[in-house]
Amino acid sequence: MSEQYEPKIVAFLCKWCSSAGSDLAGVSRIQYPANATPITVPCTGAISPMYILSAFNKGADGVLVSGCHIGDCHYIEGNYLARRKMHLTMELLKFIGVEPDRFRMSWVSAAEGAKFAQVVTDFVNDLQPLGPQDKLKKAVST
Amino acid sequence: MTKKRTGVFVCHCGTNIAATVDVAKVAHEMAGEDTVAFTQEYVYMCSEPGQESVVQAIKDNKLDSVVVTCCSPNLHEKTFRDNAQRAGINNFTCEIANIREQCSWVHKDKNKGTEKAIKISRSVVRRVNRNKPMEAIAVPVTRRAMVIGGGIAGIQAALDIANAGVEVILVEKQATIGGRMLQLSETFPTLDCSQCVLSPKMVEVKRHPKVKLMTYSEVQEVTGSVGNFQVKVHKKPTFVDPDKCKICDDCTVVCPVVVPNEYELNLTSRRAIYIPYAQSIPASYTLDEEACLGLNPIVCGKCKDVCEADAINYDMLPETVTEDVGAIVVATGFDLYDQENMPELGGGKIEDVLDGLQFERLCSASGATQGHILRPSDHKEPKNVVFIQCVGSRDPAKHCAYCSKICCMYTAKHAQLYKHHVPDGRAYVFYIDIRSGGKGYEEFVQRTMEDNDTLYLRGRVSRLYRHNGKVRVLGTDTLSGQNVEIDADMVVLALAMVPSKGTTEIAQVLKIGRDKDGFLAEAHPKLKPVESVTAGIYLAGAAQAPKDIPETVAQAGAAAAKVIALLSQATLSRSPLIAKVRPSHCTGCGMCVDACPFIAIRLENGKAVVNEALCEGCGSCSATCLRAAIDVKNVTQLQIHEMIEACLAV
Repeated sequence: MSEQYEPKIVAFLCKWCSSAGSDLAGVSRIQYPANATPITVPCTGAISPMYILSAFNKGADGVLVSGCHIGDCHYIEGNYLARRKMHLTMELLKFIGVEPDRFRMSWVSAAEGAKFAQVVTDFVNDLQPLGPQDKLKKAVST
Repeated sequence: MTKKRTGVFVCHCGTNIAATVDVAKVAHEMAGEDTVAFTQEYVYMCSEPGQESVVQAIKDNKLDSVVVTCCSPNLHEKTFRDNAQRAGINNFTCEIANIREQCSWVHKDKNKGTEKAIKISRSVVRRVNRNKPMEAIAVPVTRRAMVIGGGIAGIQAALDIANAGVEVILVEKQATIGGRMLQLSETFPTLDCSQCVLSPKMVEVKRHPKVKLMTYSEVQEVTGSVGNFQVKVHKKPTFVDPDKCKICDDCTVVCPVVVPNEYELNLTSRRAIYIPYAQSIPASYTLDEEACLGLNPIVCGKCKDVCEADAINYDMLPETVTEDVGAIVVATGFDLYDQENMPELGGGKIEDVLDGLQFERLCSASGATQGHILRPSDHKEPKNVVFIQCVGSRDPAKHCAYCSKICCMYTAKHAQLYKHHVPDGRAYVFYIDIRSGGKGYEEFVQRTMEDNDTLYLRGRVSRLYRHNGKVRVLGTDTLSGQNVEIDADMVVLALAMVPSKGTTEIAQVLKIGRDKDGFLAEAHPKLKPVESVTAGIYLAGAAQAPKDIPETVAQAGAAAAKVIALLSQATLSRSPLIAKVRPSHCTGCGMCVDACPFIAIRLENGKAVVNEALCEGCGSCSATCLRAAIDVKNVTQLQIHEMIEACLAV
């Protein structure tokens, strides 16, 4: 197999900033790898740590959470709550033995289309050397 | 749960989607989903025939849910939801899968793009499976508006709203309304006096029975949402009662404190007690608390002693008032780019190197020199003046990447004004290009070159420094390919326009987005140019982007029209996608109560209860609940888990 390994990423984007930022990347036609499938949620504060674990469990090689810059949350403090929760989630993942590079959080505003593309590109580049994630992946019975 | 009958409508968007996503394959894959009863692709789904075909398909196939895979929901979610309602199904059972901005436009590899488009579409199909029909919540509207910023944009917006019979509160940070336009002498392309145009409007807004004017005031905090905002405004004390003040000027004569006059761009000084301009509205003096020796009759008290009208009150206190309004217009204007960023041009430290606004004050009859163009260093008439355009603009490597739009025009105006004041003087203009789009603008620039004998040199200036009592200008004329050296009596820099400091602050307070340059972001660059991304908050003037006065007035009128339309409704519909508790699962732990940023959840009899009027549907509660007992409607935890699964299905 000479084909390059393509990590599968689930990207949770808040509706107000990062989803709009990814729209701007689109409008600006900034190219980035197609590995990350977006799920738009109202706010990063709405992202339960269970979603992250669920994504790894269902076979994700990486999970991205992206929201408004700290201080800019449309819902005042949702991203502060998210930051705390995601920090704990990261600790939990490390404890379990999942490589920390598989989980990433970023702040991308609605004006930062180029940054969104860069975040995804960097994430894909960092995931490639790690290979498939199987620590939390549920064995699929055929 | 009975099985849904979902229709999936795949849009080609011409070739915008179809070129990099195999739309037929997307439709085919979706047809394989258990709940999908119908699929269709079409070249422009948002067109009239496209929408009609969706309606027909819903009716013919007895569909109860719709997924449109197309552009961003920001563009056409409303279009397709309204359309679904037209076909007789609930609009909240229609969802958009964004396969354009988030897929076809950013991936060139058709196989990979198609694969991702299928994942996105499938995840939305799975989400829709559990969507419930909803009715929008009707909320009453507060029929009042607030305009933040009292420059020409804010004044125009306030007048237009007030003339429609709606009460307006106009909030201005400075001691007078008028903003930047009040600092200008004449305006292009007609050379009519700026203050003659503006002053009557200032008086009108002051006297208008529907306008409440709050100067020397700042917006501190905004809560609520469209239709019902609560705005906390901090009113600083002026220590002068405007109703008693007779504008006699006795107080400034005795005031011993001299500070730079920021209204005159520091070209002159003022006293601690001052009136910004003769035309100030309100027509009253202001005592600058920071400059004053202490607001203490024992320390000084000269102004109070001399004031026959007894208008001065050292005990005046700051006030904080809360105003209820239904809509807000932000018109907080621009500042000039800081000269400190340009050390090669002196960084603001070379005498007789002025910025454009300072030159306006030199030309203005009410300005520092009573309308005589005199150079600040020796108060002599400058016999040659160099104007430099694009200072800080159009320089992505070091400064602002954008064009400030008005500088070509106001530099041409400055050159003309200079020539009218000093007919035997010589005016030079360094430019990169001349951008004179606008009614009568190109002709105006031509007049500057031909009738007013101004020498236009195409090139940038590399350095400015003092030399023999003059300012030496080192530049290049790229048309002749020669270096140019001019010993100028005065240099005027057309500095880039940047969002005002107040704009940056208010964006944070209102939680409205800014673009990459810091200007306030409009909701859509073409279709929603005066709306902010937050419903009920509108934008006007140079806070949104560099623009001239006619454009500012037009945008302010547009923002006012939007406000009037919004406030003319008896009730507004609010998104019903808010939190809902499953009491059977709730243990009353109260973690959601703590997580809610809107204080919308309380415990009643050991169960969480959501206040539907306060909940904004952010979902912070659901992410905190250990038992999944609280969820945002139509974005439930179960739905997200199923979407995750769909994203990862091979």
